[in-house]
Amino acid sequence: MSAEPTLLAPAAAAPLPPGRTLAARLVRNPVVAIGAGFLLLMALIGIFAPFLGTLDPTAINPATRNRPPGFERTIRAEDGTATTYRHRLGTDTLGRDVYSRVLYGARVSLLIAVSVATLSLAIGLLLGLLAGYIRPLDGPIMRLMDGLMAIPGILLAIAVVSLFRAGLPAVIAAIVVPEIPRVVRLVRSIVLSVREEPYVEAAIMAGTRLPLLMARHILPNTIAPLIVQGTFIAASAILVEAVLSFLGIGIPPETPSWGNIMAEGRNLFRVYPHTILYPGIVLGLTVLAVNMLGDGLRDTLDPKMTGR
Amino acid sequence: MAFRRSVLGLVAASAALLAPVGAPAQTLKAVMHSDVKIVDPIWTTAYIVRNHGYMIYDTLFALDAKGEVKPQMVDTYTVSPDTLTYTFTLRDGLLWHDGKPVTAEDCVASIKRWAARDSLGQKLMTFVEGMSADDAKRFTVKLKSPTGLLLFGLAKPSSNVPFMMPKRVAETDPNQQISDFTGSGPFVMKTDEWKPGDRIVYTKFKDYKPRPEPASGLAGGKVVKLDRVEWLAISDQQQAVNALLAGEIDLIEQPAYDLIPLLKGDDGVKLVDYNPLGFQYAMRPNHLIKPFDNPKVRQAMTYALNQTDFLQAVVGDPDYYKPCKALFVCGSPLATDKGMDGLLESNFAKSKQLLKEAGYDGTPIVLLQSTDLQTLTNLGPVAKQLLEKGGFKVDMQSSDWQTVVSRRARKDPVDKGGWNLMNTSWVSADILNPVMSSFMNMSCDKAPFGWPCDAEMEKLRDDFAREVDPGKQKAIAEAVQVRWREVVPYIPLGQFYIPIAARKNITGILTAAAPVFWNVEKKK
Amino acid sequence: MAGYVLRRLLAAIPVLAIVAVLVFLMLRLTPGDPAAVIAGDNASSEQIALVRRTLGLDQSLPAQFAIWAGNLLHGNLGESFFFKKSIGELILGRIEPTLSLAAATMLIAVCVAIPLGVVAAYRHGSWLDRIVMGVSVLGFSVPVFVIGYLLIYVFSITLGWFPVQGYQPLADGLGGYLHRLVLPATTLSVVYIALIARMTRASVLEVLNEDYIRTARAKGQVERKILFRHALKNAAVPIVTVVGIGIALLIGGVVVTESVFAIPGLGRLTVDAVLARDYPTIQALILMFSGVYVLINLLIDLTYSLFDPRIRH
Repeated sequence: MSAEPTLLAPAAAAPLPPGRTLAARLVRNPVVAIGAGFLLLMALIGIFAPFLGTLDPTAINPATRNRPPGFERTIRAEDGTATTYRHRLGTDTLGRDVYSRVLYGARVSLLIAVSVATLSLAIGLLLGLLAGYIRPLDGPIMRLMDGLMAIPGILLAIAVVSLFRAGLPAVIAAIVVPEIPRVVRLVRSIVLSVREEPYVEAAIMAGTRLPLLMARHILPNTIAPLIVQGTFIAASAILVEAVLSFLGIGIPPETPSWGNIMAEGRNLFRVYPHTILYPGIVLGLTVLAVNMLGDGLRDTLDPKMTGR
Repeated sequence: MAFRRSVLGLVAASAALLAPVGAPAQTLKAVMHSDVKIVDPIWTTAYIVRNHGYMIYDTLFALDAKGEVKPQMVDTYTVSPDTLTYTFTLRDGLLWHDGKPVTAEDCVASIKRWAARDSLGQKLMTFVEGMSADDAKRFTVKLKSPTGLLLFGLAKPSSNVPFMMPKRVAETDPNQQISDFTGSGPFVMKTDEWKPGDRIVYTKFKDYKPRPEPASGLAGGKVVKLDRVEWLAISDQQQAVNALLAGEIDLIEQPAYDLIPLLKGDDGVKLVDYNPLGFQYAMRPNHLIKPFDNPKVRQAMTYALNQTDFLQAVVGDPDYYKPCKALFVCGSPLATDKGMDGLLESNFAKSKQLLKEAGYDGTPIVLLQSTDLQTLTNLGPVAKQLLEKGGFKVDMQSSDWQTVVSRRARKDPVDKGGWNLMNTSWVSADILNPVMSSFMNMSCDKAPFGWPCDAEMEKLRDDFAREVDPGKQKAIAEAVQVRWREVVPYIPLGQFYIPIAARKNITGILTAAAPVFWNVEKKK
Repeated sequence: MAGYVLRRLLAAIPVLAIVAVLVFLMLRLTPGDPAAVIAGDNASSEQIALVRRTLGLDQSLPAQFAIWAGNLLHGNLGESFFFKKSIGELILGRIEPTLSLAAATMLIAVCVAIPLGVVAAYRHGSWLDRIVMGVSVLGFSVPVFVIGYLLIYVFSITLGWFPVQGYQPLADGLGGYLHRLVLPATTLSVVYIALIARMTRASVLEVLNEDYIRTARAKGQVERKILFRHALKNAAVPIVTVVGIGIALLIGGVVVTESVFAIPGLGRLTVDAVLARDYPTIQALILMFSGVYVLINLLIDLTYSLFDPRIRH
């Protein structure tokens, strides 16, 4: 009896339906449309942050710390000209512009979400295929995964972060490592069940080579559940990054991410709520959008699991 | 459900235990700046352990509110005409917490252990010919040459404080931590209730005999007016303030500056400035490796930086900071501006010029920054910004404080885990003169991390130790400051003050270099 | 049954051994040096080297591992580098708060989430269903510490109903114990309410479409009885699974919740130990959590046979 009955179900599903109808179905699903639309918006905001009336998000200004939203500051350039800048969302404890930090923060937070999802899926897929297909490797890989899985994810992440110099790569690695075992288990279970299918057995009998077999029969079956799994990993990655920052071991504070803007602002929650409120709202909505996208994808790609 | 069952079990078991445990009438609950994890104030210089030391130990001498040395455990002392022999007599009725009397032998052993660890103590020992206990209550210290360091050293107010311990404890190897917490101070540590990471509990020592004089600074009668003191670990600053406002705790030693508006706006709470000399921030370059092995590069920093930016970024409220270029603390007898003109004014052009002369090649400087200590976190970005404007390239590397501590101990080049620059803070009482100030120690390998090396500075410090006349001491201190400008062992980033936040009904908090809990009263 | 349990317990040994090796290796590769942390602020290189020697950190990795593993087999978790106490004692002193928090959290989560999930499934597609599902997605989307601060702001600071922080041992009185547990447990339960409610709804929904439910309806049985006796019981396996996984995952949330509410539990002990590079304590804690995880998984599997007699071990 596996601990993940729900994750076993997609194995039985047929390969992906033809692309066109699928795309059409996805677009017609309002949940997917809203989720994807919001994420696209956030990605665009992150990419075009320099053109959206922002300042350098790391430029500090000790004289104007913790100012409320709407505070106006005169900035003197080196040539002596002065301009007035309006801090739409106020400033933080170092006088940095919260609006700019939130916008640039979209880059880091989304980068983390995407890279964590991609990396854990890629590594998990590789290990899962190996474990599922090459019998002698099954035992060692799965025992290692059991071991990793038994370590509480957040503790594993804390330990991994302290392994490296604090920074984006360390944080990504820290969130990826605990996610891998679940992906491996999922992929392996799919591989095992697909192997039993008559058409795959026939292909093996006919002497189809392993790479071809993988590409033609096994990989297609894993795509749908992996995409769904990937969205949930992405959502949790954004949250875990925030928690690591909260514990003081996340991305260094000079690089803005929603998590560390909130973590820095949390001590001032009652006096200057704006430093935690705005990144909090954006983070919450983004995670919500990713989750909605995941739910919608699952409903569409795998109708059998609708509603879960 | 296994857990649910255990809850029911606990609930059932608790029914029998419902009889309330009567709390003593006068319990003071305080949140200190850190949790007490180590309990040997001689072994570590951590301020929280010094504070712990003032609870359970007593000192031979102490500084009063005016900064003068006053006897504390010592009743009387005599000095021979050649000022080389000091004889001390202990007060009557001094007891250890286990009920045994305090003896001269205990004190001699304690001074020895302290002097083995403390930098001032080590210096002092170079003057000491020998120490001996004459009888149960009298002991003698013989000097090789006159020095003002002996009495001042025994009254040293901050880390490491020469606390007196029983001989059996004081004979612990100075490099090992003690495990017996018997003192003779006004409070007793409840070892059974000490939970690192949660709380440490002290109760009044009933047999403590305070001096007859009123309390003044760290001197005078240590009259305890509380039955029990609990130091609680609340790591979340906001939560500590919330708890104080809600009356769940009585006192916060170091409330976060940005939360002070919240405290000022509440009628039930007051802020007490207990430490008139305050604290200082300091920046320490690593003198061993490039580029700070070149004094010109260090000098460039003294031009590029300015104190106000740092103080604004960390403290914010000008009521609680003061730019202060005096190396031996503004407001102290040795305070002087000599040799400081033109420095710390963010003269970026001058900084760039010096860097050019020094041939600085633009290799990034590794600046260690801690992300988990609120009082230090904001220093890093300010340093980076100012130094970069002054022509440096800065690679700010963030980590938790403990990683900074382990990394700064390494002498390796930066690509092998070494470092160039780091920030820290200390209580002003630690740097009142050139001998005490540990960053002024320029004895090469023997100096603390950063390892600065300068024979001339060491000679000046030695002269200071030998000088007994205050006027001449001041002249030496000025010479030290002028030499500092050339060799720049460290850079002061300004003076700041942290008020204690307490409920209104807490009175009697003493003005001193360390927060102490005798004389403190909790009114109904 | 007993044979099955025994086999499962035996199978857990290699898993724990792997955890032990992983954790050991990972910690020894970290750049932080516990000796420098412990030696204190102004320690010289010699003093640091001395501390390293006393802690046995100067020995080779295999030797260090052998010593640790040997002590473990004798039931000796070792002594904390930092706290100078035996780790067994340290952990024992911290278990009660964490266990209480975990138990209260799961209690709240199960009591709230299962009825919500059942009702949502029963009124499938209604506005009620949509609200329950929407709120549950929201529950996943907010970091635990934000929920904690919000609850504190509303219920402690504004309304004054609960203490802001702290933990009171059960031995000091049940009233105070529960009073201080409500907010942290509620904070932590939000994400589990979301998780369990969704799972309950989905599995009840699936069961409601089965033939025997239709049969029961056709026989005119009361709806409530159908819902709770037939549907919920048959939907129990995935629900129990998700509750079990929840308990196993709880430790992550406990770390944050204990920090926010200043609860002296195992979560904070772990964070403190990691930050202080207290190797033996971290090793012991992670090994213990892994053991708990393995045990809970076993318990989940055993409960399956309770709910579904077809599953026999």
